[in-house]
Amino acid sequence: MEHYISLFIESVFIQNMALAFFLGMCTFLAVSKKVTTAAGLGAAVIMVQVLAVPVNNLINTFILKPDAIIEGLDLSFLSFITYIGVIAALVQVLEMVLDKFFPALYSALGIFLPLITVNCVIFAGVSFMVQRDYTFAESVVYGVGSGFSWALAIVLLAAIRERLKYADAPAGLHGLPLTFITAGLMAIGFMSFSGIQL
Amino acid sequence: MTEAVKVPSAKESFLEPLIANNPVMIQVLGICSSLAVTSSMKTAFVMGVSVTAVTAFSNLAVSCVRKLIPGSVRIIAQMTIIASLVIIVDQILRAFAFDLSKQLSVYVGLIITNCIVMGRTEGFALKYPPLPSFCDGLGNGLGYLLVLCVVGTIREIFGSGTWFGLSVMQTVNNGGWYVPCGFLVMPPCAFFILGSLIWLVKTFRKDLQEPNEYDTHREDY
Repeated sequence: MEHYISLFIESVFIQNMALAFFLGMCTFLAVSKKVTTAAGLGAAVIMVQVLAVPVNNLINTFILKPDAIIEGLDLSFLSFITYIGVIAALVQVLEMVLDKFFPALYSALGIFLPLITVNCVIFAGVSFMVQRDYTFAESVVYGVGSGFSWALAIVLLAAIRERLKYADAPAGLHGLPLTFITAGLMAIGFMSFSGIQL
Repeated sequence: MTEAVKVPSAKESFLEPLIANNPVMIQVLGICSSLAVTSSMKTAFVMGVSVTAVTAFSNLAVSCVRKLIPGSVRIIAQMTIIASLVIIVDQILRAFAFDLSKQLSVYVGLIITNCIVMGRTEGFALKYPPLPSFCDGLGNGLGYLLVLCVVGTIREIFGSGTWFGLSVMQTVNNGGWYVPCGFLVMPPCAFFILGSLIWLVKTFRKDLQEPNEYDTHREDY
């Protein structure tokens, strides 16, 4: 149990997807103007990440790994195309399920859900899971943790940006450049977590 | 969009994204990898070349089949083409530059979800014939490579005193005079360099400046 808790803490704070690995930056910078939208997107990312990482873990273990189906057959060169296909399919299924059973949540997430297919956080979560050889249980924990880490980062940045718009900055610095610098300062803050011993 | 679209010439579509409409500096796309791989020139350069190859050839391929792809499945179709090309790039890197491919780790695979590639196939290749599309992909890729090289150069020369691994300024540890600025090789620094570069661009191109939502110099709120 301890192992899983430390894996969760590690994936949220030490290996924060947005602030330590710079993943999902396009949406991280573009959709962080308001806390409510940022929280909605964060929730959507957590949902997809929790599904995508374990499912791809199963596919990797039972289909793609060398000797998984037939002795001597190595399908690992197909990994990228399989992962992205699985992610796209999962997003589509999740969309249908939400539309049917949770219409309020579905309309709140709106356009963000389909766009998550091309968000690199999900793909990177899957790639890291494969690279680090997580077991199935570990991949579930890692999926929750890494999704949550990105959601946490985007909500924090949105909260700062809501205040930043009152700032008296030079004309060219307003908007994106200021957001970059804020995100950089946040990343330095998160670096201090790397001293945690687990 | 009913009027006939003018097809840009190959030269136009190549030169425009290189400087005037640079994907990273102006459109702010493909940020993830430009932040993560620029701590040394070698990784930045290889990443830039890989993205250029993928963007150019995916644009070419998508443009060739653009009339056969039904609108409803176009995202998946583009993804498949892009993913196949990235697999080729990944296999080539593994075969001929294994150390670099280890250093780039997941970022090679992440070219699939790089917004520049998808943005160009979606925004350009689906509308125009193969030759301009190829040039547009090439131009966007090289524009990305250019920014990566600028950021990589700043970070590597001042961060570790080398350029492409060759010693430029002798560091103190090697008996020279230069005390390297360790902060520059750390990840958060990329945010500051890229942010400052965009600030610089926006200072000279007033049309790109974002209007301030609140005029802080007004007194009658």
